[in-house]
This record gives sequence, C-alpha cells and structure tokens, in this order.
Amino acid sequence: MKTVTAETDKQRWQREVLEPGLKQAPERPGSFTTISGRPIDRLATPEDLEHFDYSRDLNNPGEFPYTRGIHPGGYRGKLWTMRQFAGFGTPEETNERYKTLLQAGGTGLSVAFDLPTLMGRDPDHELSLGETGKCGVSIVSLADMERLFEGIDLAGITTSMTINSPAPMIFAMYLVVAEKQGADWKKLSGTIQNDILKEFIAQKEYIFPPRESMRLITDIFSFCMKEVPKWNTISVSGYHIREAGSTSLQELAFTLRDGIEYVQYGIDAGLDVDAFAPQISFFFNSHSDFFEEIAKFRAARKIWAEVMRDRFGAKNERSWKLRFHTQTAGVSLTAQQPYNNVVRTALQALAAVLGGTNSLHTNSLDEALALPTAEAATLALRTQQIIASESGVINMVDPLGGSYFLEKLTLDMERGAKEYFDTIDRMGGMVEAIEQGYPQKEIAEASYRFQQAVERREKIIVGVNDYVQEDEPPYPILYIDDTAAERQLERLADLKQTRDNDRVRQSLEALRRAARGTENTMHPLLECVRAYATVGEMCDALREVWGEYAEVPLI
Amino acid sequence: MKKIRVVIAKPGLDGHDRGAKVIARALRDAGMEVIYTGLRQTPEQIVAAALQEDADAIGLSILSGAHMHICPRVMQLLKEKGLDDVIVVIGGIIPDVDIPKLKAAGVKGIFLPGTPMQSIIDFINSNVRPRAEAV
Repeated sequence: MKTVTAETDKQRWQREVLEPGLKQAPERPGSFTTISGRPIDRLATPEDLEHFDYSRDLNNPGEFPYTRGIHPGGYRGKLWTMRQFAGFGTPEETNERYKTLLQAGGTGLSVAFDLPTLMGRDPDHELSLGETGKCGVSIVSLADMERLFEGIDLAGITTSMTINSPAPMIFAMYLVVAEKQGADWKKLSGTIQNDILKEFIAQKEYIFPPRESMRLITDIFSFCMKEVPKWNTISVSGYHIREAGSTSLQELAFTLRDGIEYVQYGIDAGLDVDAFAPQISFFFNSHSDFFEEIAKFRAARKIWAEVMRDRFGAKNERSWKLRFHTQTAGVSLTAQQPYNNVVRTALQALAAVLGGTNSLHTNSLDEALALPTAEAATLALRTQQIIASESGVINMVDPLGGSYFLEKLTLDMERGAKEYFDTIDRMGGMVEAIEQGYPQKEIAEASYRFQQAVERREKIIVGVNDYVQEDEPPYPILYIDDTAAERQLERLADLKQTRDNDRVRQSLEALRRAARGTENTMHPLLECVRAYATVGEMCDALREVWGEYAEVPLI
Repeated sequence: MKKIRVVIAKPGLDGHDRGAKVIARALRDAGMEVIYTGLRQTPEQIVAAALQEDADAIGLSILSGAHMHICPRVMQLLKEKGLDDVIVVIGGIIPDVDIPKLKAAGVKGIFLPGTPMQSIIDFINSNVRPRAEAV
C-alpha cells in the first residue's frame, strides 16, 4: 500500500514560490558548499529543527551543555583575552615585542618558539642549521627564559606557550623564572600547549614515541593538580589539524577525540577525573566559512560537556566546561594582495567571537610572506579591539542562538563528530588510530580535494584564482637574518664553560632514572633546569631512554 | 616514454608537510614517479635519495626560513656527486630578496604560496622532458 504524506510547508513553498522564482531568476551554476565541501540547502526553517529541544540542545548560557557559552553573561563582563602569538630571534628581541603588544592593549602573552627549541635540539645540532631564531624565539637554557621575561611580572600576567614535545622542559623553566621572581606557583596562570597527539596527526613536531609522550603529559597533569592548580596543563589543538588541510568537521572530531584520549590516559594513570580535567583547555582554528565555524565552536562545547559527564562520569561542572582559544586561519591568508588578509582575518575573528571564544589571536596580514612586522601585529590586535568596541556583537550573549541554519549546522557537526568518535573507538583509541595513520590519511585526502577544487576554480580565493592583479608592489617584510643564531651559538658555548657541569650531569642522570621508572619526570626536570641544562640535553637524556618516533612517509 | 622521476623532500626541522604532500600527489596524478622522503632530511640524505632513485628532479618544501642554508648545500652536494643535471625546485615561504641568490646557486624554479599545481607540473615537464628523452 502506498502511503501519502502531507506536503510540508517547506515543500509547499518550494512548489508555489521557489520554483516559479527560479524560472525567472535561476541560481548561479555550480554547487553551494562550505569551504569544507559540506552541501548547504538554500533555506532552513523550523522543519529542519523538528526534533530540536531547547533545554537539551542549547539551554541558557552557563547551563549544561553550554552550547550558548560557558559564561552566563557572555562578553558583557569579561571580554575574551586578546592574546597575540609572538616570538623571533633572541629572547631580548622577543621581550621587546611583548612589551610593545602589552603597551598596545594586549591582555596576555603567547610565546612562539623556534624550530630547534620545538624539536628539542640545541643551536649547535646539525639539524638546527639555518633554523635558530627564524620561526620563533630561541630558548636554550634557563638563562634565555630569564631574558625572555625580563621586566614582566609572571604573577600578574597569563602566558601561553606553544610547546609540545619539550613542554615539560620549557614549563619547568617558566616555573623556575617565576620562583626567582618570588611568585607563588599556586597563583600562576597560563597555558602550555602540550598536545602531542595533534603533532603525530598534523604538525609533526614529535620527538618520543606516542606512549612515552603520553606519560610525560600525565606526569604534568599529576604535578599541576598539586603544585600549579590554576595552570592549563594542555591546550588540545585543532588549529594545526585544520592548517594541515582537514575539514571543519575533522578538526572538531579529531580534536575532541584527542581530548578524550588525554582524559582516558589520566584516569588510567590513577588520577581522579575531576582533579585534572578542569585544567584541560582547547584551541581551535577560525577559518573563512563563517557559519560552519560558529557551528563548530558551539558543537564543541556541547559535545565536550556530554562526554565529560556521560562518558567519564565527571561530577565537577568545571570538568564539563570547554574553554578554548582561537586563532584565525593562517592557511587562508595569501601572499598575493596581502592587504586582503586584513579583511579575511576580521571575518574569521568575528566568527570566533560569535562562537564564544575565550581567547583570540588574530593573524597579521603578512603571515603568508614572513613573520609579522610590529606594525602588522599591531593592526591585527586592533582588529580585535574594533570587534569588541565598535561592532556591538558583545552586547548580547550568543546573538545567533536560535537561527534555524546555525542550529541545524551545529546539530550536523555534532552528529558527524560522534561518527568519527565511533570509528576511532573501534580502532582502540586515538593512539592506535594514529599508529594506523588514520587521521593523517583523512586530512591528506581533504587537503588534496580542496586544492583540486581551487585548481578547478570551484572554490575561489580572491587574488589567487580570481581577481588576480599583475605587477603587485612589494610588501615590506620582517627579514630575520643569522645574527640571532650566531648570538645563541656563542651563548651556548659560554654557558657550557661557566655553569656547574657536574651538577648538570647528575641532574640529567636523575632524569634518565625517572624515565626508566615511574617517578614523576617534572621533579628531576626542575633540577635540570636549575642547573642550566639545555633543552637539547634534557631531550637527549629522554631520547636515550625512550628512543625517537619516526613516521612512515605517506602521500 | 620514460616517466619523470621526482624526489620530494622536506629538509630542516619544519614539519608542515601539507604542501609537500599535495604537490607529491599532483605530480603523481600527472604521470610522474614520485618518491616522498618524509620529514627532516639533511641535504646529504636528500642527495643520496636522488642518486639512489635516479631522480630527474628534486622538489624541496621549506617554510621555516632555513632555505638559504639548505638549498646551496644541496646544490653543492649534487655537483660533488656528478648529479648536475638533476633539476632542483623549491616551494615555500621565500622572501623576494633571497630569490636571485637561490637562482644564482642553481635552483631552477621557486614557487611561492598560491602557485597553481598545474604550473609546477608544467615547469617540471618542460625542464626535465628534454633530459628524460635524451636518455
């Protein structure tokens, strides 16, 4: 028997109004998809939210599942933290840039380290050739960390440090600088990125194998619960996953699944979930597809609240609340017509604010050309200040809540992320999925698909594959020469002459012992740092015990 | 017709492999044999790979700013090994002021952000083809 279903209002509209209209004025050719390739219907109506439940799916700001934000008052109380990522050359040069940003109204520091530091190599290592001080600031020993924060009161500022494999070493240096300033560790606040899973997945700045790397992270969880309780012990990052070419959904799903992995490892290490989970924070990308990004941020809060309460049985509301930093999409910026990047960044920053970010970095217009000049970095900060002070979007909490389109997208993102969770759970977890190359392959596929769409001009990038301008005037960039590298090499040689090398040897031996056994590695690391052991020496000690990870190159 | 053989390598400490992987796939889809070395290759390792793989071209992806150290070293090693006819192209974030210096060191093609994949394919085809056919 054939069932006849009544025509819905949307179907009626399509038949009576839309179709005649399209005959008069047809839609443009091609498909209507987000930048991630998600097809978008032309109209959302209440029919698209048929099973939507306000208190279950949204609820009020500050109430579970926090889709509308973790703070009941949105930005009417405290604005997001305007935190500009910066670092280059010697610690002194970066210290000067920090002082410029703080004087311009920046409200937090964010340290960019150079590649040797990120990879746990000293400037005199073969692989550091040409890299010292280029992509960030070079930090070799405690002496550099003291120079980096000279004249900056660590008890009075929050500092975010983008450091992963050597996170425990750099964090130990920060703690010792604070100690020397007389600051109480219990009052220190800030973040270490410390997210190794996304390194294996996307950014590829790993040193040790996955399981040993996870042990360093649970050591930090356990150390900070007692010693540095206001510190964000990890910033589970989607940013790099997205920059490596993932879709918006993949960024959401892999990041949150990484978060689940960290919580599981913490619990497996014997920690009480509610004692360490409130110190976990997140870091997302804000890319160019406006609504898809806002939906991603809102879905992230909702999924995390449910995961923490239902999957892990967390009882503390602070464990349920997903707090996140956002950075606008570096990968979306073009070397062509660089001033266009100011506009891209402003739109992406607005999406982050409408998605309820807790902290934000806006990229500088020259990001596709070089590290930012001081002028470009200031303009990027001004972009945030204009959104906060002039656009009016901060007046109402979650102003887009209830939009048929946005709520549907938020639900779609949530559903898609949970499907990815199921796939990864079936593999045994994220560490196992990484070992099988699963997220890496998914991202490589998505990145190639996007590049092909750009090549075929199905996706337009202004100034690159459309509206191209020949003979562009050169843009003045920050050029980083080798003087910082030479300076750091000289200092390293001096350091090895002047420090107590017996103390260094003994502290490194204690670190090796802890790595072989079960003692928390943070304690011997603090001793290594106080003895002025270098980042390279501390990482080498662990390399000797644990070995190094090497990925199988896949294309 | 013999397929063009290309070694795609990422020298230095930088792990941003999106560009290298996309280009490797595009060249493979364009009919070339592509050998991707993976991350953190020293100039010595890259030249050894080119020798072992009988490469016609080497593509280096560098985003970290270390190109002025790495590229001249690769060119020098190629010369020492008698591989002067292997063409070298680089892609990445390369300041304008460095371009003439890299060209003078013997780098054949320099591709900046936003370059269409097809331009790179065409460049390799037109610069390598005569050599491949002469063999």
